[in-house]
Amino acid sequence: MSDPTLTRGESPAGLVASGPWTAAQSVSLERLAATLPSIDAQKKNVVIDLSGVEQLDTLGAWLLERVIRRYQLQDLKPTLVGVPERFRGLLEKIHDVNRRPPVLQPERNRLAVWLERIGRTTAGLYTDFAYFLAMLGAIGASLGGVVLRPRSLRATSTVYHLYRVGWQAVPIVVLITFLIGGIIAQQGIFHFRKFGADAYVVDMVGILVLREIGVLIVSIMVAGRSGSAYTAELGSMKMREEIDALRTMGRDPISILVLPRVVALVCALPILTFLGSMAALYGGGLVAWFYGGMSPDIFIARLREAVSVTHFEVGIIKAPFMALVIGAVACSEGFRVKGSAESLGLQTTTSVVKSIFLVIVLDGLFAIFFASIGM
Amino acid sequence: MPEPSQAPAISVRNLTVGFGEKNVLDGLSLDVHRGEVLGLVGASGGGKSVLLRTIIGLIPPREGRIAIMGAETDYGDTAAMQDIGRHWGILFQQGALFSSLTIQQNVQFPMRENLEISQTLLDELATAKLEMVGLSPDDGNKFPSELSGGMTKRAALARALALDPEIVFLDEPTSGLDPISASDFDELISTLQQTLGLTVFMVTHDLDSLNTVCDRVAALSDGKIVEVGPIEQLVGSQHPWVRSYFHNARARTRATETH
Repeated sequence: MSDPTLTRGESPAGLVASGPWTAAQSVSLERLAATLPSIDAQKKNVVIDLSGVEQLDTLGAWLLERVIRRYQLQDLKPTLVGVPERFRGLLEKIHDVNRRPPVLQPERNRLAVWLERIGRTTAGLYTDFAYFLAMLGAIGASLGGVVLRPRSLRATSTVYHLYRVGWQAVPIVVLITFLIGGIIAQQGIFHFRKFGADAYVVDMVGILVLREIGVLIVSIMVAGRSGSAYTAELGSMKMREEIDALRTMGRDPISILVLPRVVALVCALPILTFLGSMAALYGGGLVAWFYGGMSPDIFIARLREAVSVTHFEVGIIKAPFMALVIGAVACSEGFRVKGSAESLGLQTTTSVVKSIFLVIVLDGLFAIFFASIGM
Repeated sequence: MPEPSQAPAISVRNLTVGFGEKNVLDGLSLDVHRGEVLGLVGASGGGKSVLLRTIIGLIPPREGRIAIMGAETDYGDTAAMQDIGRHWGILFQQGALFSSLTIQQNVQFPMRENLEISQTLLDELATAKLEMVGLSPDDGNKFPSELSGGMTKRAALARALALDPEIVFLDEPTSGLDPISASDFDELISTLQQTLGLTVFMVTHDLDSLNTVCDRVAALSDGKIVEVGPIEQLVGSQHPWVRSYFHNARARTRATETH
């Protein structure tokens, strides 16, 4: 196919366009339209002959229009002649577009933009916290309703979610805590052996796992596994207006969607923490046996001396609170999803990051609390 | 009228498409001539969308051949399909605009992927397309979730027209629009079809669209095209399903209104 051209014709004020003026020729066309053949300023009329144009699409028509407008800016009067009948409609249509000058964003001071961003982020922290508190309050109110009328709890839904976040999470939670227990024991034995204290590995594994690591690892895993799922589910329901539909039916989305999820999480997390802690102790025991040469009955005897029920209590008491935080963050982030797929992704990420952060902060607060009451 | 030397825009021969045990389309044949607006009617769940999606390569056919602008499609050959794909633009039923891009970026997307043109020209062309479908340049900065139903359809049409395709597929373009927006949209399709010389393949249930926009109407029943021709021919058809489609209570009310 030949190239599109725009050349000076026979008469001095005449231009001849020919060839295919289509998107397939976009590169050469754009160059053509950028370098206008100069016209003798004495002649006011510029005649552009289109009879040689074989094909024309929106891109070609627009570039032609651009040529015309640039000549008009030079105080010339361009006219089109020899327009093939089939292109007339398109050219007329294109003649009317892009008439309004584009609105340019005024250049802004870098420092001001930077300060504004800091300000917005700070204010955002406050609103984030307000959303979280509002969700906690809504869950509390809804729970109050259930306490007054126990039958209003969505039992089927709760059991279903318990199955999903509890039972189905067991294998992965047990596997990971088992490995972590083993790793702690191995590291302990390796370093304690240098000063002959490898027997104290049992104390370390026992106390660390029961008090801190067990509940923390399980909470972080649940935040990543179930919290993200909650946010994504509620978010896509929000996107598809399912939540609005519930509201218009006079049903409270909190009691139907949020409460069963949060209740399931609050029930599941202590159980998972217990199973996880046991798996971690088991892993630690195996490593102590095969790597440290400590027989299982010695390990168990030492463990009995080293840990008390208090350590176990400290760990397990934290679990439902962790679950509540994860559930409330996940659900409130889900409700904040807007129309786009991007916002769903953003909110899911925020949900996981924020709940892991809050879980660790809460763990720190609990540590201070338990220390002060001497547990 | 199409010149006899030219191959039809779309030519479907003995197409069979099915899922599991059931064949939704069963030996279907249909020609769409260049430069015409063909409306496809059929029962809900009767395979209209399946036919459309098979032609554009989203569903593999079990048997049969499809030719676009005289070129046989081979759905295994990705490069060849990309070439054929530049001949068509598709308006999906829900718009299918990319939700994380603005309308302007949505319209620019096919151009950016397929053409080597500068950002300035991209911006100008996208605005031109938006204005051609009746949206204002300001709407270009909005996100799809901020648009009304009618505007979504227009924006999606602008994206479908981004590469100046020869064929445009419209999947229920007026569904979900109020009668005024729907008739505006019909008019828009009609104008654009004439200015750009488009071939339009339209799946629709809207009797007004069939009357005002379509040159020919094809009726799909039991996996086959049972009747194809100008709307008058279909209204007078003796095929039981076509008869009941055009002579049910709602269709009769429409007819008395227009006459």
